[in-house]
Amino acid sequence: MRARQALTAAWPPVLVAVLLLAGWQFYTSAAHVDPTTLPSPARVWEQGWENRADLWANTLPTLQETLLGFGLSFLAAWTVAVLLDFSAIARRGLYPLLVASQTIPIVAVAPLLIIWFGFGLLPKMLVVTLTTFFPLAANLAAGFAATDREAMRLLRSLGAGRLRTFRLVRVPSALPYFFAGLRVSITYAVIGAVFAEYAGAESGLGIYMQEQKSAFRTDLVFAAVAVTALLSIALFGATYLLQRLVLPWERAMKQEGRS
Amino acid sequence: MSPTRAGEHPGTDAPGPDLPRLDVRGVSKSFGPLDVLRGLDLSVRPGEFAAVIGPSGSGKSTLFNLVSGLDAPDAGTVLVDGAPADLRSRQVAYMPQKDLLFPWRTVLDNTALGLEAQGTRRREARKRAVGLFEAFGLDGFQGSYPFQLSGGMRQRAALLRTVVLERPVLLLDEPFGALDSLTRTEMQLWLAEMWQRYGWTVVLVTHDIREAVMLADTVHVLSPRPARVVQTIEVPLARPRGLDALADPAFAETERRILDVLQDRDVLPDRHVPQDRDVPQDRPAEAGIR
Ligand SMILES: Nc1ncnc2c1ncn2[C@@H]1O[C@H](COP(=O)(O)OP(=O)(O)OP(=O)(O)O)[C@@H](O)[C@H]1O
Ligand SMILES: [Mg+2]
Repeated sequence: MRARQALTAAWPPVLVAVLLLAGWQFYTSAAHVDPTTLPSPARVWEQGWENRADLWANTLPTLQETLLGFGLSFLAAWTVAVLLDFSAIARRGLYPLLVASQTIPIVAVAPLLIIWFGFGLLPKMLVVTLTTFFPLAANLAAGFAATDREAMRLLRSLGAGRLRTFRLVRVPSALPYFFAGLRVSITYAVIGAVFAEYAGAESGLGIYMQEQKSAFRTDLVFAAVAVTALLSIALFGATYLLQRLVLPWERAMKQEGRS
Repeated sequence: MSPTRAGEHPGTDAPGPDLPRLDVRGVSKSFGPLDVLRGLDLSVRPGEFAAVIGPSGSGKSTLFNLVSGLDAPDAGTVLVDGAPADLRSRQVAYMPQKDLLFPWRTVLDNTALGLEAQGTRRREARKRAVGLFEAFGLDGFQGSYPFQLSGGMRQRAALLRTVVLERPVLLLDEPFGALDSLTRTEMQLWLAEMWQRYGWTVVLVTHDIREAVMLADTVHVLSPRPARVVQTIEVPLARPRGLDALADPAFAETERRILDVLQDRDVLPDRHVPQDRDVPQDRPAEAGIR
Protein backbone atom coordinates (compact mmCIF):
# COMPACT_ATOMS: atom_id res chain seq x y z
CA MET A 1 0.00 0.00 0.00
CA ARG A 2 2.63 2.52 1.09
CA ALA A 3 5.15 1.18 -1.40
CA ARG A 4 2.64 1.64 -4.18
CA GLN A 5 2.07 5.21 -3.12
CA ALA A 6 5.80 5.89 -3.15
CA LEU A 7 5.95 4.47 -6.67
CA THR A 8 3.05 6.58 -7.81
CA ALA A 9 4.83 9.66 -6.53
CA ALA A 10 8.17 8.68 -8.05
CA TRP A 11 7.34 7.68 -11.62
CA PRO A 12 6.52 11.10 -13.14
CA PRO A 13 9.89 12.72 -12.33
CA VAL A 14 11.70 9.52 -13.30
CA LEU A 15 9.86 9.45 -16.62
CA VAL A 16 10.73 13.08 -17.31
CA ALA A 17 14.38 12.46 -16.48
CA VAL A 18 14.53 9.40 -18.75
CA LEU A 19 12.91 11.33 -21.61
CA LEU A 20 15.39 14.19 -21.22
CA LEU A 21 18.35 11.83 -21.16
CA ALA A 22 17.01 9.98 -24.22
CA GLY A 23 16.55 13.28 -26.09
CA TRP A 24 20.05 14.38 -25.15
CA GLN A 25 21.52 11.05 -26.22
CA PHE A 26 19.64 11.16 -29.52
CA TYR A 27 20.67 14.72 -30.26
CA THR A 28 24.37 14.25 -29.56
CA SER A 29 24.63 11.14 -31.72
CA ALA A 30 22.36 12.36 -34.53
CA ALA A 31 24.05 15.76 -34.82
CA HIS A 32 27.56 14.37 -34.26
CA VAL A 33 28.27 16.89 -31.53
CA ASP A 34 31.89 17.13 -30.48
CA PRO A 35 32.13 15.42 -27.04
CA THR A 36 34.30 18.25 -25.69
CA THR A 37 31.34 20.56 -26.37
CA LEU A 38 28.54 18.26 -25.22
CA PRO A 39 29.24 14.62 -24.40
CA SER A 40 26.42 12.09 -24.65
CA PRO A 41 24.94 10.73 -21.40
CA ALA A 42 26.28 7.30 -22.25
CA ARG A 43 29.78 8.68 -22.57
CA VAL A 44 29.47 10.57 -19.29
CA TRP A 45 28.43 7.40 -17.56
CA GLU A 46 31.14 5.29 -19.19
CA GLN A 47 33.95 7.75 -18.48
CA GLY A 48 32.64 8.51 -15.02
CA TRP A 49 32.70 4.83 -14.19
CA GLU A 50 36.22 4.45 -15.56
CA ASN A 51 37.42 7.35 -13.40
CA ARG A 52 35.37 6.36 -10.38
CA ALA A 53 38.41 6.16 -8.08
CA ASP A 54 39.34 9.74 -8.93
CA LEU A 55 35.77 10.94 -8.57
CA TRP A 56 35.40 9.23 -5.23
CA ALA A 57 38.68 10.63 -3.94
CA ASN A 58 37.39 14.11 -4.77
CA THR A 59 33.90 13.47 -3.42
CA LEU A 60 35.10 12.76 0.08
CA PRO A 61 36.65 16.19 0.78
CA THR A 62 33.58 17.90 -0.66
CA LEU A 63 31.31 15.84 1.54
CA GLN A 64 33.45 16.59 4.56
CA GLU A 65 33.37 20.34 3.89
CA THR A 66 29.64 20.19 3.35
CA LEU A 67 28.87 18.35 6.56
CA LEU A 68 31.25 20.31 8.77
CA GLY A 69 30.17 23.63 7.28
CA PHE A 70 26.57 22.67 7.67
CA GLY A 71 27.11 21.59 11.25
CA LEU A 72 28.64 24.96 11.99
CA SER A 73 25.72 26.63 10.28
CA PHE A 74 23.31 24.58 12.37
CA LEU A 75 24.97 25.67 15.62
CA ALA A 76 25.18 29.29 14.55
CA ALA A 77 21.55 29.33 13.39
CA TRP A 78 20.26 27.97 16.70
CA THR A 79 22.41 30.37 18.69
CA VAL A 80 21.33 33.40 16.70
CA ALA A 81 17.65 32.39 16.53
CA VAL A 82 17.51 31.80 20.28
CA LEU A 83 19.24 35.10 20.87
CA LEU A 84 16.78 36.89 18.59
CA ASP A 85 13.90 35.24 20.40
CA PHE A 86 15.08 36.15 23.87
CA SER A 87 16.25 39.68 23.29
CA ALA A 88 14.25 42.43 21.65
CA ILE A 89 17.45 44.43 21.35
CA ALA A 90 19.14 41.64 19.44
CA ARG A 91 16.07 41.38 17.25
CA ARG A 92 16.14 45.04 16.39
CA GLY A 93 19.90 45.28 16.05
CA LEU A 94 20.79 41.97 14.45
CA TYR A 95 17.96 40.95 12.19
CA PRO A 96 18.30 43.76 9.64
CA LEU A 97 22.01 43.05 9.44
CA LEU A 98 21.33 39.38 8.83
CA VAL A 99 18.96 40.24 6.01
CA ALA A 100 21.46 42.69 4.56
CA SER A 101 24.20 40.06 4.75
CA GLN A 102 22.21 38.00 2.27
CA THR A 103 22.85 40.57 -0.43
CA ILE A 104 26.62 40.10 -0.28
CA PRO A 105 27.61 37.99 -3.28
CA ILE A 106 29.36 34.84 -2.19
CA VAL A 107 31.36 35.04 -5.45
CA ALA A 108 33.18 37.98 -3.95
CA VAL A 109 33.58 36.53 -0.50
CA ALA A 110 34.87 33.06 -1.34
CA PRO A 111 38.23 34.21 -2.85
CA LEU A 112 38.74 36.55 0.10
CA LEU A 113 38.21 33.68 2.53
CA ILE A 114 40.84 31.69 0.64
CA ILE A 115 43.24 34.64 0.92
CA TRP A 116 42.58 34.93 4.65
CA PHE A 117 42.42 31.27 5.64
CA GLY A 118 44.42 29.44 2.99
CA PHE A 119 43.55 26.41 0.89
CA GLY A 120 42.50 24.18 3.77
CA LEU A 121 39.17 23.08 5.14
CA LEU A 122 38.18 26.20 7.04
CA PRO A 123 37.40 28.64 4.20
CA LYS A 124 35.24 26.01 2.47
CA MET A 125 33.38 25.31 5.68
CA LEU A 126 32.77 29.01 6.07
CA VAL A 127 31.39 29.36 2.55
CA VAL A 128 28.98 26.49 3.22
CA THR A 129 28.00 28.11 6.51
CA LEU A 130 27.44 31.48 4.87
CA THR A 131 25.25 30.07 2.14
CA THR A 132 23.11 27.88 4.42
CA PHE A 133 22.88 29.89 7.60
CA PHE A 134 20.19 32.37 6.73
CA PRO A 135 17.28 30.09 5.74
CA LEU A 136 17.96 28.03 8.85
CA ALA A 137 18.08 30.92 11.28
CA ALA A 138 15.22 32.85 9.70
CA ASN A 139 12.88 29.86 9.69
CA LEU A 140 13.77 28.95 13.22
CA ALA A 141 13.21 32.50 14.46
CA ALA A 142 9.88 32.61 12.61
CA GLY A 143 8.96 29.28 14.20
CA PHE A 144 9.67 30.56 17.70
CA ALA A 145 7.66 33.68 17.03
CA ALA A 146 4.70 31.72 15.67
CA THR A 147 4.17 29.88 18.96
CA ASP A 148 0.54 29.94 20.01
CA ARG A 149 -0.04 32.77 22.47
CA GLU A 150 -2.59 30.78 24.44
CA ALA A 151 -0.13 27.93 24.81
CA MET A 152 2.41 30.36 26.23
CA ARG A 153 -0.14 31.64 28.72
CA LEU A 154 -1.05 28.10 29.69
CA LEU A 155 2.57 27.39 30.53
CA ARG A 156 2.78 30.56 32.55
CA SER A 157 -0.37 29.70 34.49
CA LEU A 158 1.08 26.26 35.19
CA GLY A 159 4.10 27.88 36.77
CA ALA A 160 6.79 27.70 34.09
CA GLY A 161 9.40 30.43 33.88
CA ARG A 162 10.82 31.79 30.68
CA LEU A 163 13.44 29.12 30.06
CA ARG A 164 11.12 26.24 30.78
CA THR A 165 8.40 27.76 28.61
CA PHE A 166 10.96 28.05 25.86
CA ARG A 167 11.95 24.41 26.13
CA LEU A 168 8.46 23.00 26.58
CA VAL A 169 6.55 25.05 24.00
CA ARG A 170 8.59 27.32 21.81
CA VAL A 171 11.17 24.81 20.69
CA PRO A 172 8.71 22.04 19.81
CA SER A 173 6.37 24.41 17.99
CA ALA A 174 9.30 25.80 15.99
CA LEU A 175 10.59 22.41 14.85
CA PRO A 176 8.34 22.03 11.78
CA TYR A 177 9.54 25.48 10.65
CA PHE A 178 13.09 24.45 11.32
CA PHE A 179 12.76 21.44 9.05
CA ALA A 180 11.34 23.61 6.29
CA GLY A 181 14.42 25.82 6.58
CA LEU A 182 16.68 22.80 6.77
CA ARG A 183 15.45 21.54 3.42
CA VAL A 184 15.98 24.87 1.73
CA SER A 185 19.47 25.34 3.08
CA ILE A 186 20.72 21.78 2.62
CA THR A 187 20.23 22.13 -1.14
CA TYR A 188 22.65 25.06 -1.05
CA ALA A 189 25.20 23.25 1.08
CA VAL A 190 26.86 21.02 -1.54
CA ILE A 191 26.84 23.80 -4.13
CA GLY A 192 28.46 26.07 -1.57
CA ALA A 193 31.28 23.59 -0.99
CA VAL A 194 31.85 23.01 -4.72
CA PHE A 195 31.90 26.71 -5.30
CA ALA A 196 34.43 27.31 -2.55
CA GLU A 197 36.69 24.66 -4.08
CA TYR A 198 36.37 26.41 -7.41
CA ALA A 199 37.91 29.44 -5.77
CA GLY A 200 40.91 27.42 -4.71
CA ALA A 201 41.50 23.96 -3.28
CA GLU A 202 43.79 20.97 -3.34
CA SER A 203 41.08 18.40 -3.85
CA GLY A 204 37.31 18.17 -4.10
CA LEU A 205 34.67 18.02 -6.79
CA GLY A 206 34.93 21.73 -7.50
CA ILE A 207 38.62 21.73 -8.24
CA TYR A 208 38.21 18.43 -10.08
CA MET A 209 35.65 20.03 -12.40
CA GLN A 210 37.99 22.90 -13.04
CA GLU A 211 40.89 20.63 -13.87
CA GLN A 212 38.81 18.49 -16.20
CA LYS A 213 37.44 21.57 -17.91
CA SER A 214 40.98 22.79 -18.57
CA ALA A 215 41.82 19.34 -19.97
CA PHE A 216 38.75 19.54 -22.24
CA ARG A 217 37.24 16.54 -20.48
CA THR A 218 33.72 17.86 -20.59
CA ASP A 219 32.42 14.35 -20.00
CA LEU A 220 34.15 14.19 -16.62
CA VAL A 221 32.88 17.65 -15.72
CA PHE A 222 29.39 16.30 -16.30
CA ALA A 223 30.17 13.20 -14.25
CA ALA A 224 31.26 15.39 -11.35
CA VAL A 225 28.10 17.48 -11.72
CA ALA A 226 26.06 14.29 -11.50
CA VAL A 227 27.84 13.28 -8.30
CA THR A 228 27.14 16.73 -6.85
CA ALA A 229 23.47 16.37 -7.66
CA LEU A 230 23.32 12.92 -6.10
CA LEU A 231 24.92 14.23 -2.91
CA SER A 232 22.38 17.02 -2.68
CA ILE A 233 19.47 14.67 -3.25
CA ALA A 234 20.80 12.25 -0.61
CA LEU A 235 21.14 15.03 1.98
CA PHE A 236 17.70 16.33 1.07
CA GLY A 237 16.26 12.85 1.62
CA ALA A 238 18.10 12.59 4.92
CA THR A 239 16.19 15.59 6.27
CA TYR A 240 12.95 13.62 5.86
CA LEU A 241 14.41 10.70 7.75
CA LEU A 242 15.57 13.01 10.52
CA GLN A 243 12.19 14.70 10.68
CA ARG A 244 10.51 11.35 11.00
CA LEU A 245 12.75 10.51 13.95
CA VAL A 246 12.38 13.84 15.70
CA LEU A 247 8.68 14.41 15.02
CA PRO A 248 7.10 10.95 15.08
CA TRP A 249 3.66 12.42 15.75
CA GLU A 250 3.55 14.13 12.34
CA ARG A 251 3.75 10.80 10.60
CA ALA A 252 1.18 9.21 12.90
CA MET A 253 -1.12 12.13 12.15
CA LYS A 254 -0.68 11.83 8.38
CA GLN A 255 -1.33 8.11 8.44
CA GLU A 256 -4.44 8.60 10.52
CA GLY A 257 -5.64 11.21 8.05
CA ARG A 258 -5.17 8.81 5.17
CA SER A 259 -7.05 5.87 6.62
CA MET B 1 -25.54 22.41 51.93
CA SER B 2 -22.20 20.84 52.74
CA PRO B 3 -22.57 17.09 52.66
CA THR B 4 -19.76 15.03 54.07
CA ARG B 5 -17.61 13.54 51.42
CA ALA B 6 -15.33 10.58 51.49
CA GLY B 7 -11.67 11.11 50.70
CA GLU B 8 -11.50 14.83 51.37
CA HIS B 9 -8.51 16.24 49.57
CA PRO B 10 -5.75 17.07 52.03
CA GLY B 11 -4.81 20.28 50.23
CA THR B 12 -8.28 21.75 50.38
CA ASP B 13 -8.71 22.30 54.11
CA ALA B 14 -9.35 25.95 54.82
CA PRO B 15 -6.78 27.81 56.88
CA GLY B 16 -9.60 29.49 58.81
CA PRO B 17 -13.18 28.37 59.26
CA ASP B 18 -14.77 31.48 57.78
CA LEU B 19 -12.13 32.47 55.28
CA PRO B 20 -13.34 32.00 51.74
CA ARG B 21 -11.02 30.00 49.54
CA LEU B 22 -11.50 32.50 46.76
CA ASP B 23 -12.54 36.08 47.32
CA VAL B 24 -12.98 38.47 44.40
CA ARG B 25 -13.71 42.00 45.59
CA GLY B 26 -14.80 44.88 43.43
CA VAL B 27 -12.69 43.81 40.50
CA SER B 28 -12.61 45.89 37.31
CA LYS B 29 -10.76 45.26 34.09
CA SER B 30 -10.76 47.01 30.74
CA PHE B 31 -8.91 46.46 27.51
CA GLY B 32 -8.32 49.90 26.10
CA PRO B 33 -11.71 51.51 25.73
CA LEU B 34 -13.54 48.23 26.34
CA ASP B 35 -14.86 47.88 29.89
CA VAL B 36 -15.05 44.16 30.49
CA LEU B 37 -15.48 43.77 34.24
CA ARG B 38 -16.74 46.47 36.53
CA GLY B 39 -17.01 46.03 40.28
CA LEU B 40 -17.30 42.27 40.25
CA ASP B 41 -17.68 40.48 43.60
CA LEU B 42 -17.62 36.75 44.05
CA SER B 43 -16.63 34.43 46.83
CA VAL B 44 -16.17 30.67 46.98
CA ARG B 45 -15.95 28.49 50.10
CA PRO B 46 -13.39 25.71 50.42
CA GLY B 47 -14.70 22.53 48.81
CA GLU B 48 -17.50 24.39 47.08
CA PHE B 49 -18.51 23.88 43.48
CA ALA B 50 -19.29 27.31 42.07
CA ALA B 51 -20.57 28.05 38.58
CA VAL B 52 -20.23 31.33 36.74
CA ILE B 53 -22.76 31.82 33.99
CA GLY B 54 -23.06 34.80 31.72
CA PRO B 55 -23.63 35.98 28.18
CA SER B 56 -21.05 35.36 25.52
CA GLY B 57 -18.25 37.90 25.66
CA SER B 58 -19.27 39.14 29.08
CA GLY B 59 -15.81 38.59 30.51
CA LYS B 60 -15.84 35.12 32.06
CA SER B 61 -12.46 34.13 30.68
CA THR B 62 -11.13 37.55 31.63
CA LEU B 63 -12.23 36.87 35.21
CA PHE B 64 -10.32 33.58 35.21
CA ASN B 65 -7.23 35.26 33.85
CA LEU B 66 -7.33 37.56 36.86
CA VAL B 67 -7.98 34.80 39.38
CA SER B 68 -5.14 32.70 38.02
CA GLY B 69 -2.79 35.66 38.28
CA LEU B 70 -2.07 35.75 34.54
CA ASP B 71 -3.39 39.29 34.36
CA ALA B 72 -3.77 41.96 37.00
CA PRO B 73 -7.06 43.76 37.69
CA ASP B 74 -7.32 47.51 37.10
CA ALA B 75 -9.12 47.87 40.41
CA GLY B 76 -10.19 45.61 43.24
CA THR B 77 -8.52 42.54 44.68
CA VAL B 78 -8.46 38.81 44.09
CA LEU B 79 -7.62 36.83 47.20
CA VAL B 80 -6.90 33.12 47.30
CA ASP B 81 -6.90 31.85 50.88
CA GLY B 82 -6.45 35.42 51.96
CA ALA B 83 -3.41 36.18 49.82
CA PRO B 84 -3.45 38.16 46.56
CA ALA B 85 -3.62 35.99 43.46
CA ASP B 86 -0.15 35.45 42.08
CA LEU B 87 1.26 33.05 39.53
CA ARG B 88 4.16 32.17 41.78
CA SER B 89 2.02 31.14 44.73
CA ARG B 90 0.63 28.29 42.61
CA GLN B 91 -2.71 28.28 44.34
CA VAL B 92 -4.81 28.05 41.22
CA ALA B 93 -4.95 25.40 38.51
CA TYR B 94 -6.49 26.81 35.36
CA MET B 95 -8.01 24.77 32.57
CA PRO B 96 -8.44 27.21 29.69
CA GLN B 97 -11.30 27.26 27.24
CA LYS B 98 -9.22 25.60 24.50
CA ASP B 99 -7.83 22.26 25.61
CA LEU B 100 -4.35 23.22 24.33
CA LEU B 101 -3.08 19.67 24.27
CA PHE B 102 0.23 19.70 22.44
CA PRO B 103 0.23 17.64 19.23
CA TRP B 104 3.87 16.70 19.69
CA ARG B 105 3.34 15.16 23.12
CA THR B 106 1.72 11.85 23.85
CA VAL B 107 -1.36 11.87 26.04
CA LEU B 108 0.70 10.88 29.07
CA ASP B 109 3.28 13.58 28.39
CA ASN B 110 0.50 16.11 27.91
CA THR B 111 -1.06 15.25 31.24
CA ALA B 112 2.36 15.49 32.90
CA LEU B 113 3.05 18.87 31.31
CA GLY B 114 1.65 20.88 34.22
CA LEU B 115 3.94 19.18 36.70
CA GLU B 116 6.92 19.51 34.36
CA ALA B 117 6.10 23.18 33.91
CA GLN B 118 6.25 23.77 37.64
CA GLY B 119 9.58 22.01 37.84
CA THR B 120 8.79 18.41 38.75
CA ARG B 121 11.23 15.93 37.22
CA ARG B 122 9.85 14.27 34.14
CA ARG B 123 9.83 10.74 35.55
CA GLU B 124 8.10 11.81 38.71
CA ALA B 125 5.59 13.90 36.74
CA ARG B 126 4.67 10.97 34.53
CA LYS B 127 4.36 8.69 37.51
CA ARG B 128 1.91 10.99 39.22
CA ALA B 129 -0.12 11.63 36.09
CA VAL B 130 -0.38 7.97 35.17
CA GLY B 131 -1.87 7.26 38.57
CA LEU B 132 -5.00 9.17 37.57
CA PHE B 133 -5.45 7.63 34.14
CA GLU B 134 -7.90 5.01 35.23
CA ALA B 135 -10.10 7.38 37.20
CA PHE B 136 -10.16 9.69 34.19
CA GLY B 137 -11.12 6.94 31.76
CA LEU B 138 -7.91 7.34 29.81
CA ASP B 139 -6.27 4.03 30.64
CA GLY B 140 -4.61 2.48 27.61
CA PHE B 141 -4.19 5.80 25.83
CA GLN B 142 -0.98 6.87 27.55
CA GLY B 143 1.07 6.48 24.38
CA SER B 144 -1.52 7.87 21.96
CA TYR B 145 -1.36 11.35 20.51
CA PRO B 146 -4.09 13.90 21.26
CA PHE B 147 -5.48 13.80 17.72
CA GLN B 148 -6.29 10.14 18.29
CA LEU B 149 -8.64 10.94 21.19
CA SER B 150 -12.34 11.69 21.09
CA GLY B 151 -13.54 15.13 22.16
CA GLY B 152 -14.57 13.90 25.60
CA MET B 153 -11.24 12.20 26.17
CA ARG B 154 -9.35 15.32 25.13
CA GLN B 155 -11.23 17.30 27.75
CA ARG B 156 -10.53 14.67 30.38
CA ALA B 157 -6.83 14.72 29.48
CA ALA B 158 -6.77 18.52 29.78
CA LEU B 159 -8.56 18.25 33.11
CA LEU B 160 -6.11 15.63 34.32
CA ARG B 161 -3.22 17.92 33.42
CA THR B 162 -4.90 20.52 35.64
CA VAL B 163 -5.96 18.51 38.70
CA VAL B 164 -2.76 16.50 39.01
CA LEU B 165 -1.16 19.73 40.24
CA GLU B 166 -3.25 19.38 43.43
CA ARG B 167 -3.69 23.10 43.79
CA PRO B 168 -6.38 24.41 46.13
CA VAL B 169 -8.55 26.02 43.46
CA LEU B 170 -9.59 24.60 40.10
CA LEU B 171 -10.74 26.99 37.37
CA LEU B 172 -12.58 25.28 34.54
CA ASP B 173 -13.42 27.51 31.59
CA GLU B 174 -16.25 25.90 29.63
CA PRO B 175 -14.65 22.48 29.74
CA PHE B 176 -17.52 20.84 27.89
CA GLY B 177 -18.49 23.67 25.57
CA ALA B 178 -17.28 21.94 22.42
CA LEU B 179 -18.83 18.53 23.10
CA ASP B 180 -22.00 17.04 21.66
CA SER B 181 -24.85 16.99 24.15
CA LEU B 182 -24.70 13.27 24.87
CA THR B 183 -20.98 13.35 25.65
CA ARG B 184 -21.47 16.54 27.57
CA THR B 185 -24.06 14.98 29.88
CA GLU B 186 -21.78 12.00 30.40
CA MET B 187 -18.88 14.31 31.26
CA GLN B 188 -21.01 16.32 33.66
CA LEU B 189 -22.01 13.23 35.60
CA TRP B 190 -18.41 12.13 35.63
CA LEU B 191 -17.16 15.51 36.85
CA ALA B 192 -19.79 15.53 39.64
CA GLU B 193 -18.53 12.15 40.74
CA MET B 194 -14.88 13.23 40.63
CA TRP B 195 -15.63 16.36 42.63
CA GLN B 196 -17.47 14.24 45.17
CA ARG B 197 -14.54 11.90 45.40
CA TYR B 198 -11.67 14.39 45.58
CA GLY B 199 -13.31 17.34 47.29
CA TRP B 200 -11.90 19.98 44.98
CA THR B 201 -12.83 23.63 45.17
CA VAL B 202 -14.09 24.30 41.67
CA VAL B 203 -15.11 27.39 39.75
CA LEU B 204 -16.76 26.42 36.48
CA VAL B 205 -17.52 28.86 33.70
CA THR B 206 -20.37 27.82 31.49
CA HIS B 207 -22.95 29.00 28.99
CA ASP B 208 -25.20 26.13 29.85
CA ILE B 209 -27.82 26.72 32.54
CA ARG B 210 -28.54 23.02 32.93
CA GLU B 211 -24.84 22.30 33.40
CA ALA B 212 -24.59 24.96 36.08
CA VAL B 213 -27.57 23.61 38.02
CA MET B 214 -26.49 20.02 37.60
CA LEU B 215 -23.00 20.56 38.97
CA ALA B 216 -22.86 23.60 41.20
CA ASP B 217 -23.66 24.44 44.79
CA THR B 218 -23.82 28.11 43.88
CA VAL B 219 -24.46 29.81 40.55
CA HIS B 220 -23.13 33.32 39.99
CA VAL B 221 -24.95 35.06 37.17
CA LEU B 222 -23.04 37.76 35.29
CA SER B 223 -24.46 40.76 33.49
CA PRO B 224 -23.38 41.57 29.94
CA ARG B 225 -20.29 43.79 29.61
CA PRO B 226 -19.20 45.49 31.73
CA ALA B 227 -19.81 42.42 33.81
CA ARG B 228 -20.53 42.04 37.47
CA VAL B 229 -22.35 39.38 39.42
CA VAL B 230 -26.00 40.35 39.28
CA GLN B 231 -27.24 37.48 41.35
CA THR B 232 -25.96 34.49 43.28
CA ILE B 233 -28.28 31.53 43.35
CA GLU B 234 -27.90 28.56 45.68
CA VAL B 235 -28.86 25.26 44.10
CA PRO B 236 -31.15 23.44 46.55
CA LEU B 237 -30.45 19.93 45.27
CA ALA B 238 -29.10 17.09 47.36
CA ARG B 239 -25.76 15.40 46.73
CA PRO B 240 -24.73 13.18 45.16
CA ARG B 241 -26.68 14.20 42.11
CA GLY B 242 -27.40 11.78 39.31
CA LEU B 243 -29.56 11.92 36.25
CA ASP B 244 -32.65 11.67 38.46
CA ALA B 245 -31.87 15.14 39.80
CA LEU B 246 -33.15 16.36 36.43
CA ALA B 247 -36.62 15.14 37.38
CA ASP B 248 -36.61 17.07 40.66
CA PRO B 249 -39.00 20.05 40.46
CA ALA B 250 -36.36 22.13 42.24
CA PHE B 251 -34.07 21.56 39.24
CA ALA B 252 -36.48 23.13 36.76
CA GLU B 253 -37.25 25.90 39.18
CA THR B 254 -33.60 26.81 39.65
CA GLU B 255 -33.06 26.73 35.90
CA ARG B 256 -36.00 29.05 35.55
CA ARG B 257 -34.66 31.49 38.12
CA ILE B 258 -31.30 31.70 36.38
CA LEU B 259 -32.95 32.20 33.02
CA ASP B 260 -35.05 35.00 34.43
CA VAL B 261 -32.01 36.78 35.75
CA LEU B 262 -30.14 36.35 32.48
CA GLN B 263 -33.01 37.55 30.35
CA ASP B 264 -34.41 40.38 32.35
CA ARG B 265 -31.99 41.92 34.76
CA ASP B 266 -34.12 44.98 35.28
CA VAL B 267 -36.65 43.09 37.37
CA LEU B 268 -34.06 42.49 40.05
CA PRO B 269 -35.30 44.06 43.24
CA ASP B 270 -31.97 45.04 44.74
CA ARG B 271 -30.19 46.58 41.79
CA HIS B 272 -30.96 48.64 38.80
CA VAL B 273 -28.73 48.43 35.73
CA PRO B 274 -30.09 50.78 33.10
CA GLN B 275 -26.85 51.74 31.39
CA ASP B 276 -26.15 48.27 30.03
CA ARG B 277 -28.95 48.55 27.53
CA ASP B 278 -27.52 51.69 26.00
CA VAL B 279 -23.98 50.47 25.62
CA PRO B 280 -23.39 49.18 22.10
CA GLN B 281 -22.38 45.55 22.21
CA ASP B 282 -20.78 43.47 19.55
CA ARG B 283 -22.87 40.52 20.55
CA PRO B 284 -26.41 40.60 21.92
CA ALA B 285 -26.96 39.26 25.39
CA GLU B 286 -27.82 35.63 24.92
CA ALA B 287 -29.87 33.58 27.26
CA GLY B 288 -27.05 31.12 27.47
CA ILE B 289 -28.68 28.23 25.67
CA ARG B 290 -26.70 26.73 22.85
N1 LIG C 1 -6.41 40.55 25.83
C1 LIG C 1 -7.50 41.18 25.37
N2 LIG C 1 -7.37 42.33 24.68
C2 LIG C 1 -8.46 42.98 24.21
N3 LIG C 1 -9.72 42.57 24.38
C3 LIG C 1 -9.92 41.44 25.06
C4 LIG C 1 -8.83 40.67 25.59
N4 LIG C 1 -9.32 39.60 26.22
C5 LIG C 1 -10.66 39.67 26.08
N5 LIG C 1 -11.03 40.77 25.40
C6 LIG C 1 -12.39 41.20 25.11
O1 LIG C 1 -13.09 41.22 26.33
C7 LIG C 1 -14.40 40.73 26.16
C8 LIG C 1 -14.62 39.59 27.12
O2 LIG C 1 -13.83 38.50 26.72
P1 LIG C 1 -13.87 37.10 27.47
O3 LIG C 1 -13.06 36.17 26.66
O4 LIG C 1 -13.50 37.29 28.88
O5 LIG C 1 -15.41 36.73 27.36
P2 LIG C 1 -16.13 35.36 27.75
O6 LIG C 1 -17.23 35.71 28.66
O7 LIG C 1 -15.14 34.37 28.21
O8 LIG C 1 -16.70 34.97 26.33
P3 LIG C 1 -17.03 33.50 25.78
O9 LIG C 1 -18.31 33.11 26.43
O10 LIG C 1 -17.21 33.74 24.31
O11 LIG C 1 -15.89 32.62 26.12
C9 LIG C 1 -14.53 40.33 24.71
O12 LIG C 1 -15.21 41.37 24.02
C10 LIG C 1 -13.11 40.20 24.24
O13 LIG C 1 -13.02 40.55 22.88
MG1 LIG D 1 -14.46 32.60 27.50
